[in-house]
Amino acid sequence: MRAMVYRGPYRVRVEEKDMPTIEHPNDAIVRVTCAAICGSDLHLYHGLMPDTRVGFTFGHEFTGIVEEVGSSVQSLRRGDRVMMPFNISCGACFFCARQLYSSCHNTNANATAAGGMFGYSHTAGGYDGGQAEFVRVPFADVNHAIIPEWMSEEDAVLLTDACPTGYQAAEMGDIKEGDVVVVFGAGPVGLFAAKSAWLMGAGRVIVVDHLDWRLQMARTFAHAETLNFTQVNDVVQHFKDVTDNLGADVCIEAVGAEADGAGFQHLATVKMKLQGGAPTALNWAIDSVRKAGIVSVVGGFGPLFSAVKFGDAMNKGLTIRTAQCSVKRHWPRLFQHVKNGVLKPSAIVTHRLALDEIAEGYHMMSSKLDNVVKPLVFPRAA
Amino acid sequence: MAYTANKPNAPDTRELRAKIPGWGVDLDPGMRPAAKKEVYDPASTGAHWEVPEQQIATFPRERSTEHREITPVFGTACPPKGLSGIIRRAAYRHWSEGQTMHWLALMFADRIDVLESLVVDLFRGKPDNFLAEWGIKAELTRHGFKSRFGRHRADTWRVPLDVLMLASSSLLVLGAGYVMVNGFKSMLAPPKRRWLFG
Ligand SMILES: NC(=O)c1ccc[n+]([C@@H]2O[C@H](COP(=O)([O-])OP(=O)(O)OC[C@H]3O[C@@H](n4cnc5c(N)ncnc54)[C@H](O)[C@@H]3O)[C@@H](O)[C@H]2O)c1
Ligand SMILES: [Zn+2]
Ligand SMILES: [Zn+2]
Repeated sequence: MRAMVYRGPYRVRVEEKDMPTIEHPNDAIVRVTCAAICGSDLHLYHGLMPDTRVGFTFGHEFTGIVEEVGSSVQSLRRGDRVMMPFNISCGACFFCARQLYSSCHNTNANATAAGGMFGYSHTAGGYDGGQAEFVRVPFADVNHAIIPEWMSEEDAVLLTDACPTGYQAAEMGDIKEGDVVVVFGAGPVGLFAAKSAWLMGAGRVIVVDHLDWRLQMARTFAHAETLNFTQVNDVVQHFKDVTDNLGADVCIEAVGAEADGAGFQHLATVKMKLQGGAPTALNWAIDSVRKAGIVSVVGGFGPLFSAVKFGDAMNKGLTIRTAQCSVKRHWPRLFQHVKNGVLKPSAIVTHRLALDEIAEGYHMMSSKLDNVVKPLVFPRAA
Repeated sequence: MAYTANKPNAPDTRELRAKIPGWGVDLDPGMRPAAKKEVYDPASTGAHWEVPEQQIATFPRERSTEHREITPVFGTACPPKGLSGIIRRAAYRHWSEGQTMHWLALMFADRIDVLESLVVDLFRGKPDNFLAEWGIKAELTRHGFKSRFGRHRADTWRVPLDVLMLASSSLLVLGAGYVMVNGFKSMLAPPKRRWLFG
């Protein structure tokens, strides 16, 4: 089969690879019909995530058709149209039993700090991902939903990560009616976080980024106010000014390790790898939120330490909430929102690529070209 | 105002409800699926096992020291091989996730892996085409210039730096690859006799 493979920092190509096989009785093999490139994939692509091996296939957001099932799989049959959460979870461990699917203790041999994930380096368990014609799905009885008749494939693929992650980011902000919510990052995750903040009754939602077309989308898709951080001298001061010196009630960090906005930090972290990431946006969030406020962090950072302004966080009595999204947990509610037209996840899709264009796709997403927000990949040209 | 007891600028929620589709549908925390962080409900997951069956390892599978044993399922994507594999195995064997050395060793192995793979794939007849793998074509087809300049982007200042770093690291990789290929070739070639006087 054909699959995207990693060749080294900033380099990917398409290769002929062995077909995945059933390696455990509850495995399924899925023929991928649609996959997405995610902002998280960029951390791998840039060589920032430890134990990203050459020959590894990325892709944790995908939908497909069941090709084959292992002997113990009960809820799936060949030919079913399915979507998978980016998390791989066993359904039975301490964490899964408490619906913390992203923290599954039975699926990531390489690390205990995170559960297994599709296509997210060996630090997340070493499972090849879905930017390929076929993919192995472990614990298939736990890790799938049949795509409902009425749901489009593009909505479904966005529900495998970006949309539930944005929703959970807002959820962790414990938003109360009328709250001022500031979202750092107008990527897919930030856009869905902003949108979700309204569903939870926010009074004001402000999205921060430096890419004009993404801020435009924050205004139209997410009905938010926007701030281009290159247009103000001091982001933190700005938020104090526009909130009567109080600060935001909730700040959401949807940027992660490769933040821009502080050149020195970017150099020391992303370029020289002296830290687990540039916490520029995280520090803005900590300083822009009001005392006793909530900072909800979904941006991805590496396992090494980062220079986070923890003193401010403590002095201000902040609540810091974090998580890899537990995708499956959010599906019932989000399915309703999509069905009722409250959410249209696929509205943020900007590019549809063939697998052969994957290298250009990564370059475009990494360098943020051509007004990209969310690119999809179709492993088999129709 | 922050200096008095009331919340500043309380918004008119009726107006918001009219303006924003879906405003407030999940205002009640009861509607938010993970508002309560932990909900004990093992019956809801789809699992029909208490302890999952064990996947059989076909190679010595590395694992975090913080795990008691290998997990019931695990990825088999790229088994450790070569020098990078030796370093990776050592990183897993010697240091817990709490040790910086664990991650530094893994990062180091990643770089060695790039070098090794470059050479191996050259011999496998699948040489790396750097330009294609960078997807540099996108600069033309996806408006590299127009996307970057004159748009108040915070990252344009580092474009020359990005190019320089990419170029220099690639040269390093290619150079080291060249040395490795030559070393390998001379190892395979029949030993040359070099007498002092021909
Ligand atoms: N926790 C989870 O479960 C989870 C899931 C998916 C993604 N993520 C992480 O969320 C982050 C965002 O994902 P994405 O797909 O939206 O990525 P993305 O790269 O498309 O978006 C990031 C955005 O942040 C902007 N940005 C950069 N520096 C900034 C700054 N200082 N302030 C404000 N904005 C800034 C960028 O211009 C970009 O638009 C990534 O780090 C990703 O790894 C986490
Ligand atoms: Zn993702
Ligand atoms: Zn589990």
